[in-house]
Amino acid sequence: MSAPVLEIRNLTVTLPRGADRVHAIKGVDLTVDRGEIVCLVGESGSGKSVIAHAVMGLLTKGLSATGGDIRLTGENLLTADASRLRELRCTRMSMIFQEPMTALNPVMRCGDQIDEVLATHTDLAPHARREKVLDIVRAVHLLEPERMIASYPHQISGGQRQRIMIAMALVLEPALLIADEPTTALDVTTQAQILALIRELQRAHGTGVLFITHDFGVVAEIADRVAVLRGGELVEFGRTAGLLAAPRHDYTRMLIASVPSLVPRHRDEVTAPVVLATTGMTKTYAAGGWFNRSRDAVPAAADVTLSIRQGETLGIVGESGSGKSTVARCIARLIEPTQGRIVVGDTDFASISRAQLHALRRRVQIVFQDPYRSLNPRRTVGQAIVEGPMNYGASAGDAMVRARNLMELVRLDPKSLDRFPHQFSGGQRQRICIARALAMEPAVLIADEAVSALDVSVQAQVLALLDEIRQRLNLAMLFITHDLRVAAQVCDRVAVMSKGRVVEYGTVRDVFAHPHHDYTKALLAAAPGRGWDFSEGRARPVPR
Amino acid sequence: MSATADTLGLEVPPRPGLSRRLVRNPTITVGAAILALILLIGLAAPLLTSIDPAQINPVYRNKTPGTTEIVRRDDGTKTTVTHWMGTDSLGRDVYSRVVYGARASLLVGAAVAVISISIGLVIGLVGGYIRWLDAVVMRIMDGLMAIPAILLAIAVVSLSKAGLVAVIVAIVIPEIPRVVRLVRSVVLSIREEPYVEAAISVGTRTPLLLVRHVLPNTIAPLIVQATYIAASAILIEAILSFLGVGIPPETPTWGNIMAEGRTLFRVFPHNILYPGIFLALTVLAVNMLGDGLRDTLDPRMRKAL
Repeated sequence: MSAPVLEIRNLTVTLPRGADRVHAIKGVDLTVDRGEIVCLVGESGSGKSVIAHAVMGLLTKGLSATGGDIRLTGENLLTADASRLRELRCTRMSMIFQEPMTALNPVMRCGDQIDEVLATHTDLAPHARREKVLDIVRAVHLLEPERMIASYPHQISGGQRQRIMIAMALVLEPALLIADEPTTALDVTTQAQILALIRELQRAHGTGVLFITHDFGVVAEIADRVAVLRGGELVEFGRTAGLLAAPRHDYTRMLIASVPSLVPRHRDEVTAPVVLATTGMTKTYAAGGWFNRSRDAVPAAADVTLSIRQGETLGIVGESGSGKSTVARCIARLIEPTQGRIVVGDTDFASISRAQLHALRRRVQIVFQDPYRSLNPRRTVGQAIVEGPMNYGASAGDAMVRARNLMELVRLDPKSLDRFPHQFSGGQRQRICIARALAMEPAVLIADEAVSALDVSVQAQVLALLDEIRQRLNLAMLFITHDLRVAAQVCDRVAVMSKGRVVEYGTVRDVFAHPHHDYTKALLAAAPGRGWDFSEGRARPVPR
Repeated sequence: MSATADTLGLEVPPRPGLSRRLVRNPTITVGAAILALILLIGLAAPLLTSIDPAQINPVYRNKTPGTTEIVRRDDGTKTTVTHWMGTDSLGRDVYSRVVYGARASLLVGAAVAVISISIGLVIGLVGGYIRWLDAVVMRIMDGLMAIPAILLAIAVVSLSKAGLVAVIVAIVIPEIPRVVRLVRSVVLSIREEPYVEAAISVGTRTPLLLVRHVLPNTIAPLIVQATYIAASAILIEAILSFLGVGIPPETPTWGNIMAEGRTLFRVFPHNILYPGIFLALTVLAVNMLGDGLRDTLDPRMRKAL
């Protein structure tokens, strides 16, 4: 067995003084062998990216490796000087990033950006470089390579951009590829393709890959070995199947247990009355300004017909741009639907006047995706929660009493009502947002990607809370998500949206087990880690 | 203990308070100190000089700085008065005119800043938030912005009586569109924040929504903008007075003093030099204050850790 491509021994990186802990990472041992993929998993703040940046010599100012060493094919990187590191980057080690739009230079053609790597590190003649660029663009399976290399990053899709990034990283066949959450910003079907591509190229060239992710589905999909990181320390490192089946550390066990299963939970059919129904709801954005109206009108949501019963959770799943959020915002009347009816109880919500709307608004409440932006940073949690009830005439005292009860309901300390949002973590803020929505005593609660920005363990807690609240208050819930695992666990019925239309609509069990529409099939086939049953800890047969 | 830590969340390391950060910024301290000094001079003008700034004394015309004059009082006693900054072509004491002139300059600067910010804030909030009004409001603002302040001032002064109010009105009008644009740009980005949408969905009505959730975000950039407006207003007032279309010449303002000294500038430069120094110093101080405030209040300008 040859020496490992990357060998990290007892690496410690110190944070600047005044940070929340002393070490960003502490005493980490890690190896990546030739031709293997090592996944580095951990929740936000665990130090995953710090390791990647330390290897590449890209640590931000203020962070410094204070102990241990990093060896790339035997050469110590921590003692290498800046010019040596520059030589090594791209030739022996490469990195791809999470957001391909910001990682590529927007004012340079894609081909020129790949060419820049060759021009810097080789003395090939221009036509030889061009051949090599075209070869690598073909190797990452981009159609029309000639057109691709002449395009600017904004002219191509996110998946294509990530392929260009991969082409750039691998054009000089480095021994080590570091991938820092390379598929997190991509849609699930694109993610599946990119994962397959990384797998394929890595096998063909024998590259060692250090793959950073927070998603255990991705781990199950591609990893040979897994390293679990918590608070800067390595808690577990082992072969994928072994680690997933029998995690030794409690933290790993908790993380794996938090991964929602793709197998829908059994649910009784809900027969309660319908509280919200949309018929033929359409939202069209008029393109152009004052002078060229009505030309190229884009339907963001077209002919959406859905209904939710009391105590039921309806999921809307789909990729970005499919119109999920447009539907949510139309139902909450944050935007005006262009056509169709939205019936809440026995009132048509879509056609009532503004004055009537004010009286009815409280019946539909919404929780947003980003917990850091959905609370006004200048107002206390208490002010945020009582704002709604006081708009409808509740006295300050009553509203406060209610806010205290709600804080208990969402498992937060009622004493912290006079704190500001920045004093809470992301999961806690999301609980506050839920409390704010519940303060209105709504009939329908919309959760618009409400758990997407949260770490998997926190996500599990918030999901459990939402489910408990739905049962206790007999709420109708509209749950919008791009994550099929989450949908499988929380929804009774699910609507699959693509390009503004509902392409499939039925109980979760039916849709997941017997998808009819091609898009649903593609979506389900692309779900990362579907070949692994996280609750049972074993591989499961993949339905074809 | 760990349970409470879990429910209450991570303690955020205390950030130095805003007032501490303001005081620590040397640009702000120096700017504020100079400005405070000039304000003090303006307020305490009667204590700093015993000479009436409007008093004409044909005998002591065009005296150089440091000239002493013997004044005979009504009761027969004599006192010596020193003209520290000389006298102008009408024999008025330049020092007392400069000291009193600080009042006009600061008053114009402060009044223009406050009035244009108040008007611009309301227009910007409403225009930025209510989309259909936006196009109309902004075209009017574009129109106002196209009027040169000095020409407008000449027009306003010639239509009404020349005076402080006319000058302030003339400077305020072209400043309003700048404030409106600033406020509007903040409103346009804040109205897309989820917390604003959350407030809409809990039934907060538009006026309250604007005051409670949108307005506070405009305060910091407006404070900074106010200082720049004040500095430019002080300059424009001086220019208008210098051109003779501003505050009437008998009222001491730095512009008026300079205008008076213009004809004899080559022989007696002190008439322009001293008010000029004060004017430059004041504008510099206000601008320093503005720069410092921008660095402290605008997180994008703050240096990264």
